[in-house]
Amino acid sequence: MHGLTFDIAHMLAGSLVLVSFMQLYQDRLYALLNIFALHALVLAASVGWQAFIQDAPHLYVTALIALVFKAIIIPMALHRIVVKLGIHREIETVVGVGPTMLLGMGLVALSMVVMLRVTADADPLAREDLAFALAVVLLGLLMMVTRRNAVSQVVGFMSLENGLVLAATGAKGMPLVVEISVAFSVLIAFIVIGIFLFRIRERFDTVDVQALDRFRGERR
Amino acid sequence: MIDALSGVLIVPAVAAALLAALPNYRVTARLNVLAALLTFSTAVSLFFVQSESGPYLLVDDLNKVFIVLTTFVGFTTSAFSASYISHEIEIGRLTPTYVRFYHAMYQVLMFAMNLALVANNIGLMWVAIELATLTTVLMVGIYRTHEALEAAWKYFILGSVGIALALFGTILVYMAARPVIGEGASAMVWSVLITRAAQFDPALLNVAFVFLLLGYGTKVGLAPLHAWLPDAHAEGPTPISAVLSGLLLNVALYALLRFKMLLALNPAALAPGPLMVTLGLISCVFAAFMLYRRRDIKRMFAYSSIEHMGIIVFAFGMGGALANFAGLLHMTMHSLTKSAIFFAVGHIAQVKGTQKIADIGGLTVTNPVLGWGLVLGVVAIAGLPPLGIFMSEFLVVSSTFVREPWLVIILVFGILVGLGGMFLRLNTIAFGEPRGPTAPAEASYLPMFAHLAIVATAGIYLPPALVTGFENVARLLG
Repeated sequence: MHGLTFDIAHMLAGSLVLVSFMQLYQDRLYALLNIFALHALVLAASVGWQAFIQDAPHLYVTALIALVFKAIIIPMALHRIVVKLGIHREIETVVGVGPTMLLGMGLVALSMVVMLRVTADADPLAREDLAFALAVVLLGLLMMVTRRNAVSQVVGFMSLENGLVLAATGAKGMPLVVEISVAFSVLIAFIVIGIFLFRIRERFDTVDVQALDRFRGERR
Repeated sequence: MIDALSGVLIVPAVAAALLAALPNYRVTARLNVLAALLTFSTAVSLFFVQSESGPYLLVDDLNKVFIVLTTFVGFTTSAFSASYISHEIEIGRLTPTYVRFYHAMYQVLMFAMNLALVANNIGLMWVAIELATLTTVLMVGIYRTHEALEAAWKYFILGSVGIALALFGTILVYMAARPVIGEGASAMVWSVLITRAAQFDPALLNVAFVFLLLGYGTKVGLAPLHAWLPDAHAEGPTPISAVLSGLLLNVALYALLRFKMLLALNPAALAPGPLMVTLGLISCVFAAFMLYRRRDIKRMFAYSSIEHMGIIVFAFGMGGALANFAGLLHMTMHSLTKSAIFFAVGHIAQVKGTQKIADIGGLTVTNPVLGWGLVLGVVAIAGLPPLGIFMSEFLVVSSTFVREPWLVIILVFGILVGLGGMFLRLNTIAFGEPRGPTAPAEASYLPMFAHLAIVATAGIYLPPALVTGFENVARLLG
């Protein structure tokens, strides 16, 4: 099973990390949504490849969910929200692009060191996948922290979930229950977010979380 | 095949569907109480009717205690919620549509918490805790004010991050179990995992536990990860604050305890205790200091919850039969007392029309029953003798003092600082010049005083059956 199959799986998982990096330096919402769609596309390909090499047909379902739901429906819906709210301008970041990228590299290095060390006995494919998955999760977290805009925080959260799906498929033979639940939780998350965005829209004219911060919980 | 175990899931699920369908809010409020009572009696029957653990549902001494506590507080809170909500409708803060939604969500939350407690599958448990989180996010934002939206958003983002880390940890546990148990669903089943834990790869288990501790620890409200908790408590409806503090934190703690048991069985894995002890101490001391600068009454008691969760996690982290017993007792007492306090606070905020401490004063004069109820609750939560929390805190301190005197000194310092902060505020709230509106409260005091009565009794006398039960659980926790 070594050789080509391993290389392809390795490449796909690695590309997912790369696309995560691309998300970090996007400064426009449309571009960010497009890159997220690409992220989901790479995930779908990666999961599909895993389904093929593990001979696990149920993983094709997960790949399909990633493709249809995350790569097409969600980016389109978020696109419409962005148009509706007229917030396609620049994304305000908390930290500049340079430091963010450096931090990102540090996080990837961290996940490699941690995961490769503890999974020394596991089969090589699974451990590479887990290390990449952790990197994607951490980069998603980083994005949620460094962005102020609610839409880009949501994108950060979803790319984090993509990392989790990668980890779950890398863990060979993990029951379907969990994959469905992951996809399902994304669905629920999206509904919740949708409701929130519209509620926020009712009250404010912006989805900039900074504007929410003005109404600090602690009333003085 | 419907036994008591599936009963605690079926009753809230059916009730949620029913409550979503019925339009009349007076009927639904009563139905909500009835459903919660039914769930509670089903839970109690777990002690008398033997239920079988299956591949999906699990019943043992540990989760029985949690289920009964959850359903009991769920029931009393629903009774409090009925009188609280009718007032909210009168003053127009909530519309009947929202109340319908609220009641349905209340039952969904009960369902999710019970599912998390009875789940025999680490994946299923994760799903249940996520469901409970999402439900409470919706309920925290229900008033749709600026503050409520911000609180709900913050809770949602932080809660999701926590839950994502927990899932990663769950996947790692599966990875550790797979080589030993084999592929497929059985490598995620508690009752299988626990028998084979000694053979798991210790390095993977260690990393998994760190993720689980951070993930579920966020939901427990442990200190560096607690930022969502005060906002969510302060801005949501008060019954939800009571359920959050009294129950949801416990459910996340339960998940953590299960994984701790798993790790404890593997001799080569790191000892989970010191990590938990550290986080517990940080939470306790940090929250105690935060009590001083609070201007919002619900926010203050939210910080007190962080403090007490810190003490509980500390006790479980120390481990051993006595410390576990103390932690379990403290958790029970804290749930009962804190929800009683929130019942009082809910009515107080309704009478005064505000949650600002500066605008609330002289309660023992204007609303004697509420005022003295709150005083009693705060005396209990501060850990003064002879009430139940004094008992449990004393046990935590005395059981760990011989082993780690320095750690206990830090803990006691935190408790005393917290006590000072509490009483400083209580002085202005309950005594002194009456401030704000003084209309009598239309409240049902029964849930509050029922809780306080139990706490007061527990300080003096613990029934032997309860002691034996808790001792069994404490041994199970190792």
